[in-house]
Amino acid sequence: MQKADIQSLEEAFQERIDKEIKIEPRDWMPEAYRKNLIRQISQHAHSEVVGMLPEKNWLTRAPTLKRKMALLAKIQDEGGHGLYLYSAAETLGISREEMVQQLLTEKAKYASIFNYPALNWADMGVIGWLVDGAAIVNQVALQRTSYGPYSRAMIRICKEESFHQRQGYDICLQLARGSKAQQDMLQDAIDRWWWPVLMMFGPHDSESAHSADSMKWKIKRVSNDNLRQKFVDQTVPQANFLGMNIPDPELKWNEERGHYDFGEIDWEEFWQVVKGKGPCNKERLAVRNQAHKNGSWVRDAAVAYANKYN
Amino acid sequence: MENNLYLYLLQLGDNALILGQRLCEWTGVAAELEIDLALSNIALDLLGQSNQWYEYAAEIKGENSSPDTLAFFREAHEFRNVQLVELPNGNFADTIIRSVIFDTFHQLLYEELTRSSDARIGSIAARAIKEINYHIRYSRNWTLRLGDGTQESHKKAQNALGRIWDYAFEALTPGPIDRWAFKNGIGPDLDALRPVWLNRMEKLFEQATLEIPAPGFIDRKGKSEGIHTEHLGYILAEMQSLQRTHPGLEW
Repeated sequence: MQKADIQSLEEAFQERIDKEIKIEPRDWMPEAYRKNLIRQISQHAHSEVVGMLPEKNWLTRAPTLKRKMALLAKIQDEGGHGLYLYSAAETLGISREEMVQQLLTEKAKYASIFNYPALNWADMGVIGWLVDGAAIVNQVALQRTSYGPYSRAMIRICKEESFHQRQGYDICLQLARGSKAQQDMLQDAIDRWWWPVLMMFGPHDSESAHSADSMKWKIKRVSNDNLRQKFVDQTVPQANFLGMNIPDPELKWNEERGHYDFGEIDWEEFWQVVKGKGPCNKERLAVRNQAHKNGSWVRDAAVAYANKYN
Repeated sequence: MENNLYLYLLQLGDNALILGQRLCEWTGVAAELEIDLALSNIALDLLGQSNQWYEYAAEIKGENSSPDTLAFFREAHEFRNVQLVELPNGNFADTIIRSVIFDTFHQLLYEELTRSSDARIGSIAARAIKEINYHIRYSRNWTLRLGDGTQESHKKAQNALGRIWDYAFEALTPGPIDRWAFKNGIGPDLDALRPVWLNRMEKLFEQATLEIPAPGFIDRKGKSEGIHTEHLGYILAEMQSLQRTHPGLEW
């Protein structure tokens, strides 16, 4: 294709984006847009799948049958989200197998939050309330993302996520109203998850490598810092209602801005975890790799059987 | 009389709970995402069934008992599940062979329970049988794929059958409570179900190119006397840990 042709295609593409017309799998798109989306959607799918692990850790120890069933249903939803997101990414011309290989070989990332351990039962509440809460703030913004299949997946996923968040908050509420030991569990979980959750929104806008293109193409609709602020503003009153403390001495309401001010994230920790040096990075990947390896004979059997009889 | 009904409900509830708990161990680590979701789904059905049996059992027992006190505050010897469901997940073939043996029994049992003289048992079974019909389809299909798939999968499935078969008969062998249930029109005659079950197993394993081993020690007394394998203690230690550490709280 001539350079001039590409330029006119790019202009037409940007015009569609600017007019809020969704881009669909068969439409022409710039290679960088495609790559950026594959990166983002597959990362999102991997996050759902790896995100099953910290919760799975408490599934067999959930303290009541109802909590066990709710937690299992939630983890199952996450697996389901992983499936639709892989399918959405496949519309961009990459196979699920390739994406899984990228995860297993550390070529693709997943949300760093899942590199933190789930250490007590209250973590199941706090993951639902804060981690899913932060994910929803991100995902609500993504419902309007410019790529059709991704946008539709997000609309579906958001409905289930808000249910998960309510379930998580309900666990927290029960613990907050419970014994001293239960309240201590809850505070311990909040203390450990608060800062990593704020990190989920990514680097400051000024430092974010993928942000400019993503905003121009409306893959991303709201900046990292704005989303983070929104999350803090909505979450602080929920923590107050629980009677729990947020581990940030600088956190206070700023009347003039109409927002909460909050302390600076430990960016050194953020980058360490992104680079694979978080508390559970190696463990999570090892579990995924082991599961994949243990499953290879099962997948082979299914293929061999299908070839024999279909 | 009521005590017998209570023990019968525990047999039903404990089988579902313990197998559900075992299947939960696969969540997040199965061979494919689809398998993960299916096993979780089956586990969820079983946990739901156990909860319903326990609700009924707790009403009979009274004394502030609830599904959770039954699940979380009984000792291993008070559990009335068959030993089969306690067996470790092992590899996927072990899990599938354990499931297909159990599901074949479970389907036959619940079909009969839908006609129970106890209306509440009948209605719980009627809801559950729809789920169980899906479980058996799943475990049968995988038994065929593994048995008749690759050499490796065949070998693993055959080994699994060799290890697990001795545990298959307990469910189909009537204990005193099963006899009481049959006499009162509450549950089926297991002596009559056993040949039907065995016939289905033989046909399935033949189709899956698997050989049923000669039975070894089959006189297992999990459901009738609460004599379990060594595995159950560990299952309960894990499952009950929070409730046992902090008794009497709401979660």
